[in-house]
Amino acid sequence: MTFTKSLLALALAGSAAGAALADINIGVSLPLTGPTSALGIPIKNAIALWPTSIGGEKLNVIILDDATDPTNATKNARRFVTDDKVDILMGSAATPPANAVAAVAAETGTMHMTFAPIDVSTGKAPWSYNTPQSTLVMSHAIAAHMKKTGIKTVGFLGYADAYGELFLRDMKVKMAGTDMKFVSEERFARTDTSVTGQALKVTAGNPDAILIVASGSGAAMPHKALIERGYKGKIYQTHGAASRDLMRVGGKDVEGAFVVAGPGVVAEQLPANHPSKQVAMAHVTAWEKIYGPNSRNPFAGHAYDASVILQKIIPIALKTAKPGTKEFRGALKAALENAGPIPLFHGTVNYTATNHAGYTDDTGVIMQIVNGDWKLQPK
Amino acid sequence: MDFSIASILLVDGLTNGAIYALLGLATVLVFAVTRVIFIPQGEFVTYGALTLAILQTGQVPGTIWLLMLLAGLAALAEAWQTWKRYRLAGTALLAGLKVLVAPVVVSLVTLWAAPQQFSLLVQALLSVCIVTCFGPLVYRLAYQSLADASSLVLLIVSVGVHFALTGLGLLFFGAEGFRNPPFWNARFSLGAVNLSGQAVIIALASMALIVMLWLFFERTLYGKALRATAVNRLGARLMGISSQTAGQLTLAMAALIGALSGLLIGPTTTVFYDSGFLIGLKGFVAAVIGGLASYPGAAIGALAVGIIEAFGSFWASAFKEVIVFTLILPVLLWRSLKGGHSDEEH
Repeated sequence: MTFTKSLLALALAGSAAGAALADINIGVSLPLTGPTSALGIPIKNAIALWPTSIGGEKLNVIILDDATDPTNATKNARRFVTDDKVDILMGSAATPPANAVAAVAAETGTMHMTFAPIDVSTGKAPWSYNTPQSTLVMSHAIAAHMKKTGIKTVGFLGYADAYGELFLRDMKVKMAGTDMKFVSEERFARTDTSVTGQALKVTAGNPDAILIVASGSGAAMPHKALIERGYKGKIYQTHGAASRDLMRVGGKDVEGAFVVAGPGVVAEQLPANHPSKQVAMAHVTAWEKIYGPNSRNPFAGHAYDASVILQKIIPIALKTAKPGTKEFRGALKAALENAGPIPLFHGTVNYTATNHAGYTDDTGVIMQIVNGDWKLQPK
Repeated sequence: MDFSIASILLVDGLTNGAIYALLGLATVLVFAVTRVIFIPQGEFVTYGALTLAILQTGQVPGTIWLLMLLAGLAALAEAWQTWKRYRLAGTALLAGLKVLVAPVVVSLVTLWAAPQQFSLLVQALLSVCIVTCFGPLVYRLAYQSLADASSLVLLIVSVGVHFALTGLGLLFFGAEGFRNPPFWNARFSLGAVNLSGQAVIIALASMALIVMLWLFFERTLYGKALRATAVNRLGARLMGISSQTAGQLTLAMAALIGALSGLLIGPTTTVFYDSGFLIGLKGFVAAVIGGLASYPGAAIGALAVGIIEAFGSFWASAFKEVIVFTLILPVLLWRSLKGGHSDEEH
């Protein structure tokens, strides 16, 4: 039975490889249904805007739905590698299925770009590269802005989950050695009916600034609670909250807040000499021509960034090997790790053999909410 | 902690506790009449709040498509059952149509009213009507044919209904949350305590609803029929009280209470498609404190849950939920040691 199966697989693989030998194949596993489909669908739409060929080779993109399920993601990744003979794996848009793809990538030696942050420190996922910014890089931008504005005491009000904990840990790393410190650490959950207790505690010591770590419209409730308690200091929000849902739900109460984000969110306001200006404007123009003004989306941005990276590394890899071979996959990895800084929609990446998180410390920009819109703050 | 902080937390706890009290009462009511531990109670809260939020944007809420679908299925089931029993096409058709009337009328009114941007109160009333219609349909489709099954089977069905309604909520309302405008924008200062108009409305509406429930059960024939079913299903049936009608009426009331809770809580917090579960679960904890049988016990338990939650979030915010849900253990221990059965228990 197993023997027949493997024979069959071999025959299938042979025919697939024959058909696809000339093209560069890319397999993308995305949540197109299920709880994180809101993240997967913009990525799919952005992939539709990718160039059809790079370096003279046709780009063959195969997208499969993983429904945010790691089991499906593994199945998809295996299919990509064995049946479709892909040169590059991508996805998913949530961390658990992205980890599943990373495992297949490591096992088969296939380059993998993920749209959800996974742990790529110290060789845990040797073939995987993060396209979202790490909390550490974003913490750097927040800590730098706090330092510049003379803040000494900071209150923390964050999600009682991995995002909240990671941000707190990384902020502490960036604040070490400065005279800034956290004076309170309070947690809440997105679905809480009230954060009055936490807001009271965090504002009790009247810190110079309060950092809210939450995502999307969930970031508005703690913000409103702080304003309701009469807090007058600076309020910082993270890149998880850098969407218009914050203003939609928060209304007038979120006016004046500082929000960290990738430069693409305020592409128009970037100074002409900003490294991401040109590349971010290119994406925003193409995207918003189809989906309407202010429809830009961080996840569509990640998919666009992936195509920018491919345009940089595929021509280099093509010089040494043919697509569909093990050597080509190795050449892609080598090209990415030696490409130097690449400006993207979401910032500037500089992947190396030891740094697969990529983004450089000057990636994050600080915006202020003024009259219900983002206003870029000078560095 | 000084007096002012304590009083702010107390007001916050009582405000949320009032909502939990309503949900606790609904849980007790449903369990007493149908023996169903009604986990999807919280979904009615979300549906109520988010249907209003979608109406506020001038769009047609997705809930009415689900409502029409469920009504269609329930009508088919009802017609088929009647046909099997009487073999009369006319009677069967009439039975099916009777199920369809209320949901279809509500849906059509919503379709017409949604783009007109009526005032907040009209839209709130419409949301309550939509969500209330769900109650009998959910009972008809999920529970009615299993009415004599064990409590465990009914609990498993409840879990299924909960997941189905949450998933559909994500489909209709999206992953992002909404915050409704307050019904009353006033603010009152009582010393350190800053009381919002919405908190006053929550307190008054909860009290009014509890009094109305009491009047319903004490003074009306339908209320007495429900109580009779709760005390003894078989006996009530022998007296000519239909346990199916009792079940549908009970779920309609549970849905009504859920939708009203959603309207009350919508302006004070951001409501997501999955917010209802935890809110409903806290109502359930309150109901357990009342032994799933006592209405005053559930109401007092709910206020206790609200206050403990408020103080818990001040002292140890990371462990707030742990504190609230661990509360159920000593209560269960105390209840099982006390051992006695109240009059109206099965």
